[in-house]
Amino acid sequence: MFFEKLKKAFDNNRKHFRDSGKLKSMYPLFVALEAFFFTSENVTKDQPHVRDSIDLKRFMSFVVIALLPTFFFGIYNAGFQSNLVSGLSLGFWAAFSKGLIIVLPLVLVSYSVGFFWEILFASIRKHNISEGFLVTGLLFPMTLPPTVPLWQAALGISFGVVIGKEIFGGTGRNLLNPALTGRAFLFFAYPAKMTGNSVWTVVSKLKDQTVDIVSGATPLALTALAGTNEKIEVLLAQKGYGFFRLFTGIYPGSIGETSAMLCIAGAVFLMVTGVASYRIILGGVIGVLSTGYLLNMVAGESSAAWFSLNPFYHLVMGGFAFGISFMATDPVSAPGMENVKWVYGFAIGVLTVLIRVFNPAFAEGVMMAILFMNLFSPLLDYVEIKLRLKKRIPNV
Amino acid sequence: MKKTESKTLKVLLDPLWKNNPIMVQILGICSSLAVTVQLKTAIVMAIALTMVVAFSNLAVSVLRNVIPRNIRIIAELCIVATLVIIADELLKAFMYDISKQLSVFVGLIITNCIVMGRAESFALANPPILSFLDGIGNGVGYGSVLIAVAFIRELLGSGTLLGFDVVPRIFYLSGYENMGFMLLAPAAFIIIGLLVWLQRTLLNK
Repeated sequence: MFFEKLKKAFDNNRKHFRDSGKLKSMYPLFVALEAFFFTSENVTKDQPHVRDSIDLKRFMSFVVIALLPTFFFGIYNAGFQSNLVSGLSLGFWAAFSKGLIIVLPLVLVSYSVGFFWEILFASIRKHNISEGFLVTGLLFPMTLPPTVPLWQAALGISFGVVIGKEIFGGTGRNLLNPALTGRAFLFFAYPAKMTGNSVWTVVSKLKDQTVDIVSGATPLALTALAGTNEKIEVLLAQKGYGFFRLFTGIYPGSIGETSAMLCIAGAVFLMVTGVASYRIILGGVIGVLSTGYLLNMVAGESSAAWFSLNPFYHLVMGGFAFGISFMATDPVSAPGMENVKWVYGFAIGVLTVLIRVFNPAFAEGVMMAILFMNLFSPLLDYVEIKLRLKKRIPNV
Repeated sequence: MKKTESKTLKVLLDPLWKNNPIMVQILGICSSLAVTVQLKTAIVMAIALTMVVAFSNLAVSVLRNVIPRNIRIIAELCIVATLVIIADELLKAFMYDISKQLSVFVGLIITNCIVMGRAESFALANPPILSFLDGIGNGVGYGSVLIAVAFIRELLGSGTLLGFDVVPRIFYLSGYENMGFMLLAPAAFIIIGLLVWLQRTLLNK
């Protein structure tokens, strides 16, 4: 009943948005709204028909579905960490509602500012608003620390959408992952709000409390402090971060990144549905593990503690699980050819570990690694195409 | 008479907007990344480069019938190098602090494509006065972009203009922060890119 009325409303108002209508400039918005409820009015009528009706919208909806567990866990964890340091109730609903208060404004800002740019560009360039932003708008706030000011989040997503995507021509043409571009921008623009030990937990101020900043270092930041003779595993265990806790994700960090478990669940869902490439994800995991073992082998008495870290810790600490599952598999900025996807994923894994271990300025290396390999994906595609052409017998 | 007047005007004004050395020809990018963190250095650099381009154009143009074609690049280089050294020494003598901040970039004017480009493409084929004006036009065209970029970078990056605080304290108290990114060279790249975008959009209307 409701949908019939809605359909009628769309049909009745279509003429206003068409070529000679008064609201012609708003046509992309109209189409986007309609496609959100119903199918697009432009469907293929002639043969050949595709066997699967998967389109950009379904593609993106699947990613959103895969993100939801991580997202809700991120909300809970943000609230839990906040209540923990503020000395408030740690019950599930108390923590979850606290997390909602922290995370929801970020998500709203990300979506509203991002859609503003999308609609602006769609209206000027007279193309339709694509569903790609549904994912970007959700991914972006999940990469941020919970304490980031809203105006900085707005600036970050603006940079991500405009510089990361629209200047290349919009969805499907971007070189870099827009959400990560926005995060990288904030990382360099406002380092004080994006890194350090005090940004990972929101502290609610009570009347009789004087503390307003709590040093809640992430496990990665803790490991970076380890001396040459210390075992990182022991150091983390002393702080209460056992492997299992790192795996499940109850620890301070960016909103979406902490739970490796749920990231893996999302990644499996995406791999099974064919949305994300298993080659990239497995390649990344192999890259991390092999580099980790290699460093273990060269680790000596005087080398930094990082070298002798069990490689599996690299997988569960920080944003690697999140990045390789949801960021690296972005079909636009990853290579399109199948075999080089292994190389692409592998290189992301290797770079992540190398940046973490060898660069003391960055405790975290996933963001840089993925953006760096994004730039190389056209080259990788080119190499594979050239190699395939070489295999052909010439002039047959 | 009218025709020459309009040509003079064209030579002087074209490089400011329609044929801007940075925004259209994408020349002189290196120095515009390096010296635009502060407005002051950008202004000094703009003046220094304008002087060098104008006088090198003038000198090359005066000598254009004497310079043998085969060694014209060497001759142009000698003229430009002389002028750059003069500019550098003048800065050292009268504006020592800024000269320190600009460090090698004054000396590197000699490698700035705009100077050689104008000498090669314009001064060798045109009379002295016109060449001089062309140099002024290109120098100002380069300088205006430099100053625009430096204005944005200093305002957003340090909250100052020419060293004076311009962002009110109330902004900082309510949570505003300086954008550290603007102090890094990539910021200049992005700003120049946005300026190019803006200019193309306005020109194509």
